[in-house]
Amino acid sequence: MDFEPSEEQQLLIDQVRRFVREEIIPLEAGLDPDASELEPADHARLVEKTKAMGLFGIDIPKEYGGPDIDIVTRVLLAIEMAQHRAGLYVPCYGTFGGAGLAQIFEANADQKERYLYPTLRGEKKAFFGLTEPSGGSDPARAIQTRAERKDNGWVLNGAKIFISNADRAQYGIVFARTDASKGRAGITCFLIDSDTPGFHVRRVVHTLRSSHYATELEFKDCWVSDHQVLGEVNKGFAVANDRLTRQRIPYAAGCIGVAIAAHEMAIEWAKMRSTFGEKLANRQAVQWMLVDNEIDIRTAKHFTLEAAEKARRGLPFRIEASIAKLTASEGGGRVVDRSMQIHGGMGMTKDLPLERWYREMRIRRVGEGPSEVQRMVIAREILGSNLR
Amino acid sequence: MSIRLRLDKPWRPLSAEEAAGLPGQLGVYQIADTAGTILYIGQAGARSPFGLRSELQRELQDRGTGHQFRIEVNMQYRSRWFELLMVYKADHGSLPADNAKNPPPLGRLSPA
Ligand SMILES: Cc1cc2nc3c(=O)[nH]c(=O)nc-3n(C[C@H](O)[C@H](O)[C@H](O)COP(=O)(O)OP(=O)(O)OC[C@H]3O[C@@H](n4cnc5c(N)ncnc54)[C@H](O)[C@@H]3O)c2cc1C
Repeated sequence: MDFEPSEEQQLLIDQVRRFVREEIIPLEAGLDPDASELEPADHARLVEKTKAMGLFGIDIPKEYGGPDIDIVTRVLLAIEMAQHRAGLYVPCYGTFGGAGLAQIFEANADQKERYLYPTLRGEKKAFFGLTEPSGGSDPARAIQTRAERKDNGWVLNGAKIFISNADRAQYGIVFARTDASKGRAGITCFLIDSDTPGFHVRRVVHTLRSSHYATELEFKDCWVSDHQVLGEVNKGFAVANDRLTRQRIPYAAGCIGVAIAAHEMAIEWAKMRSTFGEKLANRQAVQWMLVDNEIDIRTAKHFTLEAAEKARRGLPFRIEASIAKLTASEGGGRVVDRSMQIHGGMGMTKDLPLERWYREMRIRRVGEGPSEVQRMVIAREILGSNLR
Repeated sequence: MSIRLRLDKPWRPLSAEEAAGLPGQLGVYQIADTAGTILYIGQAGARSPFGLRSELQRELQDRGTGHQFRIEVNMQYRSRWFELLMVYKADHGSLPADNAKNPPPLGRLSPA
């Protein structure tokens, strides 16, 4: 496969790179190092710019009015968009717009009116409620939140943990057990409005990602009508499976973008800084760290573009998406770590973005399926499903 | 085990000596009037030259004497600040008077 960007892709890459360097990074210099938001006026001004670039709503499919960006180009742009301090979790501070959660694209017509379109217009925000105190890697077995039949609807009882944005969202997608006897085939996906009686955001969960927080939720006799079932009863995990696997690819690309930015900083620093009468760049120990950075970045980029290319061609890409997520999150973490080492004490400070990347990159080995689960997915493909 | 939700340390008078003795670390703080009514919940972020000390010295300069304060050293000053504001709002139905003048984007929390 040829991963050289086409002329058209290169033009877009250059445009986004300029946007990051000329618009985002100068504004970021004036913000708290842990900030996740721009001033509203700056945000609005930059949204106008991304609209003028034809890239606003970058993740919205064409049939819903988004720009026609294929997944390979999306990966190339995600690599660029992450190259600033907040870029791993809030690339370009959201000025390219959001698309909402994958699952709502598969909602029925009535649900699309109530949830999808307002989300695409930026009027509603959603949370994704899967993980529970009993576990997130294996939700099919771990989910204990129950939904029981009552009055043409369902009553939810249970708890969720680590749920991002639930305190600010207008609705969420919540997975609950509707048939205790059926394991994976007993989970249903619900659309829950945040003002539904019995829905509570109980507390903030502080994590390494201190710029933002996760929350813990409680459902206490929370009744919703049948109209809130997303997809089919007992088929919650079937909703948007393909879209969810697809999401793993730009997720990997974000890690690569941050790794590239950290690596570039380390190269500059190594060329400038002298110890014991010699530039760091002339020390073999430092050169090897930079070489290992380069190899980690190229490996992750290769596998991520391979996954994207297979997805673009309509070929199976599940195993490739897992390899991309693994190499980018693990390799990205190593690159940031080595880059901090080369910077010495300065690398540990909040004066530079490295310490934020270090903390946030660590989460990437757990979020969207921990490394071990990605390896399990790959092992199953290699060994055959009878060896599960 | 979860961390304490509300700041419940004893109040200290907001004076030049007290402020000068504060650590230069990052964290969150509250300012109250002499009756203990919370007026403001603030954060000492990484752009404060001497963290909590700088922020409380600035508060003293802006507000003058006759106030009390308490602090929490916390590297997660940002998410902790949002948490304290949301908990206060859940407890009292509104933000402290001085935060309400320029409220940050906040979510809803209903602590158990
Ligand atoms: C900042 C942050 C934000 C998050 N946001 C959300 C959100 O918005 N919505 C949501 O639903 N969840 C969210 N999560 C939860 C996240 O998806 C889960 O933490 C993750 O899926 C792992 O689940 P767990 O923490 O319960 O770990 P567990 O499932 O208990 O697993 C613990 C560890 O065991 C190991 N492990 C698991 N399975 C295997 C295996 N088969 N073989 C070998 N080792 C294994 C892995 O190392 C894993 O990290 C968030 C988490 C964080 C940290």
